[in-house]
This record gives sequence, structure tokens and C-alpha cells, in this order.
Amino acid sequence: MKLSRRSLLASAGALPFTMPAAYAAAADMYDVPLHADARIIHITDTHAQANPVQFREPSVNIGVGAASGRPPHLVGEAFLKYFDIPAGGPAAHAFTFLDFERAAHKYGPMGGFAHLKTLIDRLRNQAGASRTLLLDGGDLTQGSGVANLSGGQDMIALANILGTDVLTGHWEFTYGEDGLAKLIAAFNGKFIAQNVFLTDDAAFANKPAFDAASGHVFAPFTIREMGGYQIGVIGQAFPYVPIAHPGRFVPDWTFGIHPDTMQKSVNDLRNNHKVDAVVLLSHNGMDTDLALAAQVSGIDIIMGGHTHDAVPIPQIVKNPGGKTFVTNAGSAGKFVAVLDLSLAKGALKGLQYRLLPVYANEIKPDPVMAAEITKWRAPHQAMLEEKLADVETLQYRRGNFTGTMDQMICDALLQEMDAEIVLSPGFRWGNTVLAGGPMTMEDLLSETAMTYGDVYVSMMTGAQIKAAMEDVCDNLFNPDPFYQQGGDMVRVGGMNYACAPNEKIGNRISEMTLSNGQVLDAAKTYKVAGWASVSQPQNTPPVWDVVAKYLRDKKTVRITKPNVTKVIGIGKNAGYAP
Amino acid sequence: MQNTKTTVRIKSGPALTRRITLSGAAAATLAALLAPGFKAAHADTAAPMADASAYPAKAFAQKSKDEAIAALFNMTATASDQITFDAPDIAENGAVVPVSISTTLPGVTAIAVLALGNPFTLAAAYQLPDGTNAAISSRIKLAKTTDVVALVQAGGKLYSVTKNVKVTLGGCGG
Repeated sequence: MKLSRRSLLASAGALPFTMPAAYAAAADMYDVPLHADARIIHITDTHAQANPVQFREPSVNIGVGAASGRPPHLVGEAFLKYFDIPAGGPAAHAFTFLDFERAAHKYGPMGGFAHLKTLIDRLRNQAGASRTLLLDGGDLTQGSGVANLSGGQDMIALANILGTDVLTGHWEFTYGEDGLAKLIAAFNGKFIAQNVFLTDDAAFANKPAFDAASGHVFAPFTIREMGGYQIGVIGQAFPYVPIAHPGRFVPDWTFGIHPDTMQKSVNDLRNNHKVDAVVLLSHNGMDTDLALAAQVSGIDIIMGGHTHDAVPIPQIVKNPGGKTFVTNAGSAGKFVAVLDLSLAKGALKGLQYRLLPVYANEIKPDPVMAAEITKWRAPHQAMLEEKLADVETLQYRRGNFTGTMDQMICDALLQEMDAEIVLSPGFRWGNTVLAGGPMTMEDLLSETAMTYGDVYVSMMTGAQIKAAMEDVCDNLFNPDPFYQQGGDMVRVGGMNYACAPNEKIGNRISEMTLSNGQVLDAAKTYKVAGWASVSQPQNTPPVWDVVAKYLRDKKTVRITKPNVTKVIGIGKNAGYAP
Repeated sequence: MQNTKTTVRIKSGPALTRRITLSGAAAATLAALLAPGFKAAHADTAAPMADASAYPAKAFAQKSKDEAIAALFNMTATASDQITFDAPDIAENGAVVPVSISTTLPGVTAIAVLALGNPFTLAAAYQLPDGTNAAISSRIKLAKTTDVVALVQAGGKLYSVTKNVKVTLGGCGG
């Protein structure tokens, strides 16, 4: 077996890290016999993509400070070089944006729960069900029209068929405390989160909690026996739910990273429950996980999500207790992570990690799952399949500053809301739509569907607009990952600007110039449109209805001049290839 | 009393949370905490809880770290790693930011919280009766992203620990 240049030994005599052979050569990459004691399968951030999708990985994913030039802040050629992935093949297509359209036609769509079911069943059968655990890192239940209409229940039904054992959350919380309770009630597995607590007021009012003494709303961890060994799995929900989303959804709960209570859970698992390995199922985002791993001792591996980084090889972080492996497993159902553990009593001996791209064309869809997907979609089929426009240029979202999909959404709001400037949230979910086909309502909903998607119009001074942009930019480029929130930069319509990621808040945004060439005036008031406000409900139409009207009228989607934000002062950065 | 395990967490004012754990003689400590004569004050409750004459009005009027520390303690602080200071990395609501301070330092007589970015620097100050295990919890209002300083006076010396708390507009998370 060909070992990567960066192959690593977990310890003497342990299983080596290997790149799956199929990254380099044609082989059955999904044939993965277990040569260890236990197998953990991990998916994350599928964002309710029940059917296979196209998803273009970013060409701009800049790392600042210590994160510069290291995973996950590598794109394109730098990514291929770092991970020894040959150019032009299926793996290069899965992991990078390079030659996206040609490769997308050649290799077809990726993911899809019927395909995931077939693949995960095979991986489970090869290891044996009693030695296998299936973890979902959250953002399972949001990101499609069907999920939004069902309160996420469709995806819980699919997860139950998939056999998901453990789940933590992020957008799950945007269905509200009651909505999440209903999802958990329907879920056959266990929902865990060590970093969600009752507020003092809620505790005083005796609101329900897993543990009234500690204030934990959910079980912080779960323990599973696998192959005669005890595996502890700790859950870490997205730490900034009431900040990144409307606080009204979670009035009784308080979040945060909480390395202190994390350490307590690890110690409890190791000292009292005598587990043989500790896994953290995390929705922190990769930079935050890397920082957390340096602070907390005793976690063997962090299986991460949130930032949608598909990182083929675990990163090793040293800490006072030894070392912790940190992974991130991409998004949209494109990847399945397979972690095989070699265990001894009380200790991890070795591990092998594979991040398998899910090429839908290579996998026979599971008929039971396919029928369930059809069942949930059927009541809305006519609405979802409406063709809104013909797509003439590639439409994608992911990237630190801009994407053609968001440029289209900004153009739509400029026109439909009669605004001078548009601010559109920099989400990392949202599919890619190829040129030459239709843009359907289902496609548009994959970019916009959420529980607070109303549009708004607001009068803002130039100074207020700059302050808002500086605020979001600091959530992206603060050199301390604990102060980041894991989204991309707010998308801007009607205006261009320059960004200096290495500067401090207040000094990153400059050269703010309206589309008509005028420089933004700090004192002047502008009409600004946007959507997904975190303040009170707007009682206005949802953004998808506004954009759908624009597309129906326009009949074609064509971005003739992709909006490129000027980036200042990053030099040659491995995360920048616009 | 030294070995009595006592955690007293109070919100602004005398409302007590479920997290209060009292054992043994600590109940007497709580009584002392709320009794007239204890020199407690809080920025959000402008009227002092007890002895009006003890309200450190001058300290609460200061607009810089050094001036507030000088007015309250008349000494300078040195950094300490024996103070546990819990405050969020990013505030969920800048108007009510929970902070908790505890320490293993012996002989604690006072604890205070400074918010350096606020118009008035001193946010809360407590005096602790002899024998109280030093642990306070409060909520402070932050005008903007700022360093928050926890001060502990123990054995006649002043110690500090600083944490940056970010106050953000929110939105746009992943």
C-alpha cells in the first residue's frame, strides 16, 4: 500500500495512517475491512441534502495567524500538494474547486442519503455491527425546503434508517427549544452536548434539564461498548447559537466552548467510567477544535464539523496530557469518515482514518431510504420542481468573501427591494448549480431555507455599514479561534470593498465603493436590504419568494463579472486562489 | 471555617440562584453577606445594598483601570494564576454578561470586576467577611468588546486576571 509522505504512526506498532489507495489509483475505495478493534463512522453538516448534490469546495479559505498555510486553510493546488492527491482525478474533484465544471460532469453528483445508506451499511457490515458506531456531528436537519417545512423531521427519519447512534447540534437549535425536543423525541439515537446549560433564570424556574445540579440541558456524553472495549463519546454543540442566530429560539439555554467542563467530562469518563478511548463529536469548527485540543487533555480524537472543511488526514495537537487527533469531515453528504481504533485496556494503541468521498454514480442507492426520501418530498414535489430560470454560468456559494450564487441573491434583493446596498449572510451551506441546466425552487431553497429567512430593509449610515462588516469580518479572521463563529464574510451587493484579514477589528475593511463608483460616505444614510436578521421577526416575505420572483422574471441566471473582493496584506497564502 | 466547602453565587442584588451550596457554618456566612453592615455595592443597583456610607462612590466614578483600582484599593495589582475567572469568550447578550470569580488564595477580603471599555470602569465590588470561601458570581453590562479584569484582595495584596470578552452584533454563523 502506498503510504503518503505525511503518513504518521500513532505510536510504535500502531496502525499507520494511510491515504486510501483509491485517492491515487482506481480501486474499490469503499472496500474497507476492519483490521482493528472498533470502527467509528462519522458524517457531519449534511445540511438536509437527502439527494446527491454538486458542491464546489472553496477557492478562498484564508488562514490568519497560526492558521496560515496549514489545514484546513489550503485550497486548490496547495491542498493537493499538501495531501499528496494527484491532480485531475476524482479525489482532486471531491476535495478542491479545481476544474470544477468539467469534473462535475465527469464524476457526477455526490452524497445523498440513499447512497450514504448503502455505503455505511457496507462499512458497518465489514466491521460488524457490534463494533461500529455511527456519529453525526450536527447540521443534519436544516438546509432544504423539505426539512424547513417538516421542522427537520424528514432528516431524523432518514437518520433513523441510516442507523445514526449519536448526534450533536447547531442549526437543530433554530427550530426552537420545543422543535428540537420533538426532533430528539423522534430520534432513535442519543443527542449529546456538554456545552449547553440552563441559564440561571431557567434553572431558577425549574426548566427541564438532563442534570439539574450541573445545569446540563443534555447528556454531556455517552458510553458504548464496542468489541469488548468502552468508548466514551462527548458531544460539543455549536458554541455560539444565541449569537449567530436569533436568541429567541433558545431563551432558556446558554452555550459557549467551556474547556473546563469538557475536561471534567473527559476526567469523569477516564477516571470513573474507566473508558478505553475518548472521542469528541464536535461542532466547534476546525480552528476552534485545534485550539481546544491544545487546552484539554485526554481526548483521543476530535471528530469535527461546522466549518465544512474536508481534511483527508487528522491533524495532531500536543497538550499536557499527550496528544489529540483533530479531523473535519466536509459537508453536504460529500464525505464519510471511517475511523478504525486499535485498543488496549484504558488506552488507544493506534488508529486509521479515511475520509471517503461519496460518488453517487459509484454507489447503488438503498431502496428503503430512497422510498423514505420520496415520501417526505412528495407533498411538496410540484413546488420544489418548479423551474425558475435557465442557468448560464456556474452558481456556487462557498468561499470567504463571494460566490456567484450569493451575487445572484444580492442582485435579486437590490432590484426587488429597491435597495442601494445588500448584505447577505455568508453561510457555508448551499449547493452548487451547474451551467446548462435549470435553477429550481429546490435549488434556491438549498441556499436559503431556514426558520428566520425573512427579508428586511434598513436605513444605515455608511459608518454603520462599515461597523457591521468589521464585526462579521472579526468573526471570520480573529486570530484567536475561540472568538470566531465559523461562517464566511457577509456578502455585499451594490458595493465593493477591500479586506485586510491580518488587521484588527476596525481596520480590516476599506475602499468601500458603491457600484456607481461613489465612495461610501460615513455620514450619509443608505437603503440596505438583507435577510436572516437575528433581531425580531420581520413579518416580511421569505427571501426565497423574493429571489424566485426575480428569477421567474429574469428567466436566466448569468453572472458575467464575478465579484472579487480585493484582499490586502496576506502575501502568498495557501488558502487564496481566486 | 477555613475548610468548610462553601460556594456562594449571587446575582446582582440578593436573588439567589439554585447553585448556592451551603454546608455547616456557611449559612451564617450567607446571613452576614446580606446583613446590614456588609459593605457591598453593585454598579447596576446604584443604591447600596446595605451601609450607604460604605458605598465606594469615588471608585465607581473612575474612567480608567489604574484610577479605579487606586480609588477602591489604594494599591496596585499583580497578575495571578490562582484566580478562576469565568466569563464568556463572546457574550450572548452584552447587557447581561455572566462572570464568576473564585480563588484558592488565602485570606480574601475583597473581589472586584472591572470592564475597561465601559464608560465607568468599575462594574462590581464585594467585601468578603473573614472565613468566607471566595466565590462570587454576577452579571455585568458591557458597552463593547473589552478586557474584563477580575481583582482579588488577599492577605493585604491585590491580584488580577484579565479576559477579553467580545460583544458582537451576531448573525452569519456557518
